[in-house]
Amino acid sequence: MMIEESIGYLLTNIDKYYEAVIIHIEISVAAILASLILAIPLGILCAKNSRVSYALINVFNILRIIPSLAILVVAMPILGTGFIPALFALTLLAIPPILINTYVGFKNINPSIIECAEGMGMNAKKILFGVEIPIAMPLIITGLRTSATEVIASATLASYIGAGGLGDFIFTGIGMNDFRIVLIGGMSVALLSVFTEVSLAVVQHSVTRYQRD
Amino acid sequence: MARTAIEFRNVSKQYTNASQYAVSGVNISIEEGSFITILGTSGSGKTTFLKMVNRIYEPTSGEILYFGQPIQNLQLEEYRRKIGYVIQQVGLFPHMTVEENIGTIPQILKWDKEKIANRVAELLELVCLSPKDFKKRYPRQLSGGQQQRVGLARAMAADPSIMLMDEPFGAIDAITRQNLQDELINIQRKLNKTILFVTHDVGEALKLGDKVVIMHEGKIQQFGAVYEIISKPANDYVARLIATQDIVQRLKVLKAQSVMLPVDPLTRDNAFRVSKEESLHKILTYFLEHDHNHVLVEDERRSVVGKITWDQLKASTKQGKILSA
Repeated sequence: MMIEESIGYLLTNIDKYYEAVIIHIEISVAAILASLILAIPLGILCAKNSRVSYALINVFNILRIIPSLAILVVAMPILGTGFIPALFALTLLAIPPILINTYVGFKNINPSIIECAEGMGMNAKKILFGVEIPIAMPLIITGLRTSATEVIASATLASYIGAGGLGDFIFTGIGMNDFRIVLIGGMSVALLSVFTEVSLAVVQHSVTRYQRD
Repeated sequence: MARTAIEFRNVSKQYTNASQYAVSGVNISIEEGSFITILGTSGSGKTTFLKMVNRIYEPTSGEILYFGQPIQNLQLEEYRRKIGYVIQQVGLFPHMTVEENIGTIPQILKWDKEKIANRVAELLELVCLSPKDFKKRYPRQLSGGQQQRVGLARAMAADPSIMLMDEPFGAIDAITRQNLQDELINIQRKLNKTILFVTHDVGEALKLGDKVVIMHEGKIQQFGAVYEIISKPANDYVARLIATQDIVQRLKVLKAQSVMLPVDPLTRDNAFRVSKEESLHKILTYFLEHDHNHVLVEDERRSVVGKITWDQLKASTKQGKILSA
């Protein structure tokens, strides 16, 4: 019953819905990309420099404990409302899983593999891109999967500070006590999460092919 | 006269936070094309010695020369590509196929695809793996012995003149190890590489090396041909180390040419003939099974170069025994 009514509502508001979906995806993708760009180099730095690693990993773990909503609200006076503060908060949320998994992925590389690569005459850059990153990649993708699902779910909060997205449907629905609208928002976010999770699992499967027979 | 491939000039190495030198005051010249084994117990400095050659470790003092040039003056990566490196843990890249592993350096050197494919096939043949069956496999789909064969092939990909091997067969079962040792000897004869081979196994050191470096407490105790090491140990330590091998094992590593007596090259008797590379163990077996009291030794061209009598054989074992007692 409720699903039929939801679909009816959806069809009459399809333009608004498309717009919300696109914004939701844009914010999520931007946050995930930003966190990848920051977290992978930081993770590598941590793995190569034990003095930095302790401090850095702890800082990000503490940041992770702070609820995204709190970060959004705290960031508002500085960054204002809209897309940018939402991106900032979601990026902070997405960094720790990728950072920690990159760190662990690098730390797990058998040192004799690196010694051989050096002994063969590969330079640091070739070793990083040709050996270390590919070997750490399965774990980095595991981190990315965790981050991506967290970001997609948390991106609903972005609508609180006027950034739009599927959160608009959820909060509007709650405000109007209209669960058809809540359902549209909620189901869409869930579907996006599942879709992302499945596609990343496929990517991971293909990069770990060598680990199976 | 062979050129000097590697020369150590008064080389010492002390690790940070270590009170003692891992290697101290080492002087040695290694001729091009020779198979040198470096023998010692753990902590003797043998691995440090080896890994200073390709600058995995840097000496604290002294100088290492590669064909006369100080290695510090050479561009690090280019220099290392001239030196094959094989270690006990093998260190194959797990995410690459056998073919990609072996092709790593040729690819960096920008060889064309066909040349790389040919080289990979040639090297796999050399290490007795069928290219068709193995080139697409991943390292984890190989046994320990097969992995080390691939490790060896990879180290030889860019045709280095020198090979450094750090206990490469240490983690491999006894039968496979023997096969690999025999194949390595063949490869070395065929390609005339300079090989530095670290091992803690006395039998392996004596079997593989033309010359053996014996290390203890960071110093070279003796550097000499297998025959010299066995018959004239330089000091008590060497004597005790060699004494861990019984007479039969020693006879297995001594070659006919090292103990043969001079003979008139025109000798034409009907005595049994052996190659100058034949082990004294085989000759002993022959004496025990037949009634003859001497054999003739011949070179690759089958001309007689010496003879070994029963008495001479006996003397050669006694000599070592008395000195090492």
